[in-house]
Amino acid sequence: MRFQFKTSYEQDIRLFEDRRQAARYALLLALAVALPFLIDDYFLGEATNVLIWAIAGLGLMLLTGQAGQVSLGHSAFMALGCYACVLMMNAGVSFVLAFPLAGIVTGLAGALIAIPAMKLHGVYLAIATLALAILADDIIVLTAPWTGGVAGLYAPPIDILGVTVDRWSTPDLYWWMVLAVAVLVTLAYVNILRSATGRAFAAVRDSEISAQAMGVNVARTKTIAFGLSCAITGLGGALMGLFAGAFNNETFTFLISIQLVMMIVVGGLGFIQGAFLGAVVIAFLPQALSLATDALGRGVAIPGLEAGVFGALLIAFVLFEPTGLWGRWLKIKTWLELFPFARRDMFRRQRSYLKTERLR
Amino acid sequence: MSLLQLSDVTLKFGGLTAVAGLSLAVEEGEVFALVGPNGAGKSTVFNLVSRFYTPASGRITFAGQDLLRLAPHDVPALGIARTFQNIELFQQSTVLQNLLVGRHRHRRTTLAEQLFHLPSVRGEEREHRHAVEEVIDFLDLQPYRDARIAGLPYGVRKVVELGRALASKPRLLLLDEPASGLSVEETQNMRWWIADIRRHMGITVMMVEHDMGLVGKVSDRVLALADGRRLAEGTPAEVQAHPAVIAAYLGTAAPSKAAGGRVA
Ligand SMILES: Nc1ncnc2c1ncn2[C@@H]1O[C@H](COP(=O)(O)OP(=O)(O)OP(=O)(O)O)[C@@H](O)[C@H]1O
Ligand SMILES: [Mg+2]
Repeated sequence: MRFQFKTSYEQDIRLFEDRRQAARYALLLALAVALPFLIDDYFLGEATNVLIWAIAGLGLMLLTGQAGQVSLGHSAFMALGCYACVLMMNAGVSFVLAFPLAGIVTGLAGALIAIPAMKLHGVYLAIATLALAILADDIIVLTAPWTGGVAGLYAPPIDILGVTVDRWSTPDLYWWMVLAVAVLVTLAYVNILRSATGRAFAAVRDSEISAQAMGVNVARTKTIAFGLSCAITGLGGALMGLFAGAFNNETFTFLISIQLVMMIVVGGLGFIQGAFLGAVVIAFLPQALSLATDALGRGVAIPGLEAGVFGALLIAFVLFEPTGLWGRWLKIKTWLELFPFARRDMFRRQRSYLKTERLR
Repeated sequence: MSLLQLSDVTLKFGGLTAVAGLSLAVEEGEVFALVGPNGAGKSTVFNLVSRFYTPASGRITFAGQDLLRLAPHDVPALGIARTFQNIELFQQSTVLQNLLVGRHRHRRTTLAEQLFHLPSVRGEEREHRHAVEEVIDFLDLQPYRDARIAGLPYGVRKVVELGRALASKPRLLLLDEPASGLSVEETQNMRWWIADIRRHMGITVMMVEHDMGLVGKVSDRVLALADGRRLAEGTPAEVQAHPAVIAAYLGTAAPSKAAGGRVA
């Protein structure tokens, strides 16, 4: 087992715990940058898709994993991010400006909606946000003069300082662009976590009462969490729409929201790595399923299979591995480091002692 | 002027009057204990000061300021910190992170500065960490610094909660049964800490405690409460000997005058 000796406060403020960890993530980043040279265009497109999902998932992760608030309405914010970005681009705003602006617009809209919505708790909040996701479809149809409604919109070409980034003709540029966004979003995410705001998120998640007793404004903290979360998810939505090439009122259905929730639960709630792992599962599960049905029944389509498997997976993780794939990996890692001294009940969740709902 | 003052405060939960026309004053620099049988309304008094409950009538002031005009999250900014009878920590965070939340009222940087982790944020974090490390040293929490609350023994959690309150550098510290559930040794430590908090840190302490031994040793003044009403006030010995107090405890357990005697 490796012990970590901490010699200064900086070690807990820094981005990485130690050199080894920094080296590991540097290697991962180098691998990601080199990816276009390692795999063919088809798989690079798939990888880009995964990364876009991961960005959208990071948004929901911040809200649910960090601040403990559920949202089944994030597909609506993906739609908002997407339409905002494309409408600005169509109006002549350059992508370099339109894209971050779309994030800001979505974030502000999210914060505005959060002010009434965050008075609700748990399942009521889930239902209210779900309603929002379903409403988004109608709003897009009703505002057809701008959004194109059912006919939809085509994604304009992306131009970054004179260089055209296109999914089909320059897939490598597209990948690097999405990678840059993913890295920046992750950095911002980490920066929030290591600041007073990130600690306030965790405080609100774990005990609203004592958060207040320490001076945390619960309503304000939830609003900030919702706003930041929507901003990130909006960026993911913009990338997803641009990547798809065309989109309409049915592109961002509430099923996307459910998939986002599944993604962060399967990946591991509260872990940045969980959003990325979850995105891999979400993106490749349909492929794996169709391979499996091909092998079994040779082309027999089973209606609702995908949604069914997604649902079953979600329930299984909630019941058996609430810390998700990343939590499982951390346990395996600890077990390996301690071998052969790991204790059987080391990870058993402890029942909290003397906890009541009442303020006594 | 008293540091904390309640004047004729009444709070009702439906038909039940939890606090009935209660007045009390806590002076700067003292250790003030609130005692009384179960359900007397002691924790309710704390929750009133924290602004979790709003009284039906009466006034509550802190250093001359009207507390009733503030929202609960504005109270700590005045320098009031507290612990809870049933320990309310941030379960999924580490001890260090819990204590750092105690620094919340001292934060200065904006969300934008934090998003980019500007040097101002780094400097602030270093200061918070320094303040928290002092608390960790004071309470001997070094072995648990990076441990998550969810796996910690009860006695340690109790100390962490005290630490979180101390990290905010309060003027008034409200402790709701700091020694309940602690072993004899842990109670001993708690006693030294409370004495030091008052003497060396200059923090005024108001506490609710059933352990009359502890109350007798650390507090300057005791107020006995029953059914939300004042029974008696005075030195620990005076209050314990008061006929009304003894009568209130009859049927539960008589308050023992011997050190360490518990009244539950
Ligand atoms: N939120 C609430 N809703 C309804 N009744 C309450 C509430 N909080 C407290 N009470 C009631 O108010 C009375 C005073 O409760 P309080 O918790 O202040 O007692 P206490 O003196 O702290 O007792 P203990 O020694 O058991 O902690 C009790 O009868 C209790 O049942
Ligand atoms: Mg109580």
